Amino acid sequence: MNELKASPAAVFAHRHLLGIEGLLPAEIIALLDLAEEAVEVSRQVEKKKAVLRGRTQINLFFEASTRTQSSFELAGKRLGADVMNMSVGSSSVKKGETLIDTAMTLNAMNPDILVVRHHAAGAVHLLAQKVGCSVINAGDGAHEHPTQALLDALTIRRHKGPIHDLTVAICGDILHSRVARSNIMLLNALGARVRCIGPSTLLPKGLDRLGVEIFTDMRKGLKDVDIVMMLRLQRERMDGSFVPSVREYFHFFGLDAEKLAYARPGALVMHPGPMNRGVEIDSAIADGPQSLIRDQVEMGVAVRMAVLEALAQNLPNG
Amino acid sequence: MMPDRLKDSQRPLVLANARVIDPSRKLDARGSVILADGVIVAAGPEADSAAVPDGAEIVDCRGAAVMPGLIDMRVFIGEPGGEHRETFASAGQSAAAGGVTTVIMMPDTDPVIDDVALVDFIARRTRDTALVNVMPMAAVTKGLKGREMTEFGLLQDAGAVGFTDGRHSITNALVLRRALTYARDFGALIMHHPADPDLTGSGVMNEGETATRLGLSGIPKEAEIIMLERDIRLAALTRGRYHAAQISCAESLEIIRRAKKAGLAVSCGVSATHLALNELDIGPYRTFFRLSPPLRSEDDRQAMIEGVADGSIDVIVSSHDPQDVDTKRHPFAEAADGAVGLETLLAATLRLVNNGDVDLLTVARALSTRPAELLGLPGGRLTPGAPADIILVDPAMPWICDGEKLRSRSKNTPFEGARFEGRVLRTIVAGRTVYAYAGD
Repeated sequence: MNELKASPAAVFAHRHLLGIEGLLPAEIIALLDLAEEAVEVSRQVEKKKAVLRGRTQINLFFEASTRTQSSFELAGKRLGADVMNMSVGSSSVKKGETLIDTAMTLNAMNPDILVVRHHAAGAVHLLAQKVGCSVINAGDGAHEHPTQALLDALTIRRHKGPIHDLTVAICGDILHSRVARSNIMLLNALGARVRCIGPSTLLPKGLDRLGVEIFTDMRKGLKDVDIVMMLRLQRERMDGSFVPSVREYFHFFGLDAEKLAYARPGALVMHPGPMNRGVEIDSAIADGPQSLIRDQVEMGVAVRMAVLEALAQNLPNG
Repeated sequence: MMPDRLKDSQRPLVLANARVIDPSRKLDARGSVILADGVIVAAGPEADSAAVPDGAEIVDCRGAAVMPGLIDMRVFIGEPGGEHRETFASAGQSAAAGGVTTVIMMPDTDPVIDDVALVDFIARRTRDTALVNVMPMAAVTKGLKGREMTEFGLLQDAGAVGFTDGRHSITNALVLRRALTYARDFGALIMHHPADPDLTGSGVMNEGETATRLGLSGIPKEAEIIMLERDIRLAALTRGRYHAAQISCAESLEIIRRAKKAGLAVSCGVSATHLALNELDIGPYRTFFRLSPPLRSEDDRQAMIEGVADGSIDVIVSSHDPQDVDTKRHPFAEAADGAVGLETLLAATLRLVNNGDVDLLTVARALSTRPAELLGLPGGRLTPGAPADIILVDPAMPWICDGEKLRSRSKNTPFEGARFEGRVLRTIVAGRTVYAYAGD
């Protein structure tokens, strides 16, 4: 490694990672570079580093998530942290305990890092104001999911090179998607051209002000793109009927070979998971040669290691 | 416990060397105000030469403004049913410190003010415990459920000063039509919160770029505009007296202007918070800025100021809505709406004056004279015989709002740390001083 290069922790001087919004391009690049190293570590037989030895990491998930939670757990353990998983259903909220009460209880256990997922936008910000440790946002409502955007960027960079030359289409339920918001922020920060494709009922108002091109016709939207990011159609979050039926949705916005053919040859397909096969993506595409979906999972662990490591170096007594 | 104002023996009072503001006769001039026996004896330049009553306390105001005490047309109080949030006593102290001499209380209590017995109860309780006048508006519909009308005539006789379903919108157009029609027979005002609950949906802030960035669901302006437009049509149909409790966007102002031009008995209010803040003030999900109607864009805020300046907007309210930690210490989308405002109503409104957007006479009118006219109250004016509900104000005195020092039981102010110019020096209700500024 180049001796003159600033250490990622010196570049990334934040106490929390609450979102991509507000990060500088150099900070994002530093995290991605650090994640590259973590990929190498994770591919060795000896996968352990000691940067978090003696540290306590609590994964506090108010919303169930097998994938993200296990990815954070593995990342913490590979860095030597003691990792505790706490799944808090909505039950304690129903019992009258506020999010802040929960946070204060956990804070009394002196964790060093809190990884939080919550169904309400801004909940992680609120928590970060109340606790004494570093907080990582593992997804808050329809707001942000920064580590997902970072792992997507790392996946893209490893396959396509620098992100600023690329055109990326984000397709589907933008309205309810924190993944979409974080990706829009990150890809724009790194200079990519970003498109959003979906039915108008699933495109939030003011989206055009976020620096994206908007398409409601998937074939037009996919024309000449390098990367196709599919989003889960989050039907459980819908208030009412945003789309009339699954079959109509798949017909117009499901990614199949015919629609993918409009993208640039060699275009790659991503999905943050979990997938609804046959709803937003055809199985043949998900498992096909253009799919990066399994790479994303591997990069997920690496990116989370990088984020933990960067924050660890800013921890008190670090 | 009896408030001090009822125990005090009352001395006549002369406020000399004052800037006398009386919007009821467009008076803004140097002069005096003389009070005796709970009423105004004389006010204005002419009072300088009037006889000083025997035993009067004479105060040199040193040029500070004397104006009618504020009449706040939209105040939520926790009592009865939510005394941990606010009582008549704490609301009264808060009002007195804010220069509000008459609080118009919303019927959204537990039980709801939809029955004569409740109006009697409030009259008794507030007489005994509140420092200022508290007058209830009764519910338009029983239980605020939007279906059956309450007893407008009997409630009015008992002391209800108007009718409103408070935070609730009446979605059934027929119910509102009948209410407007029936209220007309009693000359009663129907105050409505125009917000279509279906269009509001799960929205928690103004719809648009900011909401999208924050990942919060938005409330389109159309939720207000469409219902207001409907209401105006019903006001035209019934010729009833309709008042929109609060408007928040430029389009609503246009609707009101058009209705007034057409000669309808239509009026509206705006909150001081909406005149001072916009959606960007929500910042990192600050729940004290979660309001109904929501804070809108800067363009809308500017339109509201214009509406106040040209009189299209009749009244400025605090929309005082005390909320405790159990309803505000949540993620933004799960927190309750509302902010306290009695103590900041005048100071927030004076920003308009100090910025040169509106003159003091105009805001004083929207804060006192106009609400009194709409509700048929004798106050809101400095004319002989009017109740001695007045305030002494230094419109330029700087201060910083400290939420912890607010007298309200709840501290949910969006103005924490805000710099204000303009302070109430003395609040007088029925000739008795109920608040005197004693330093910060």
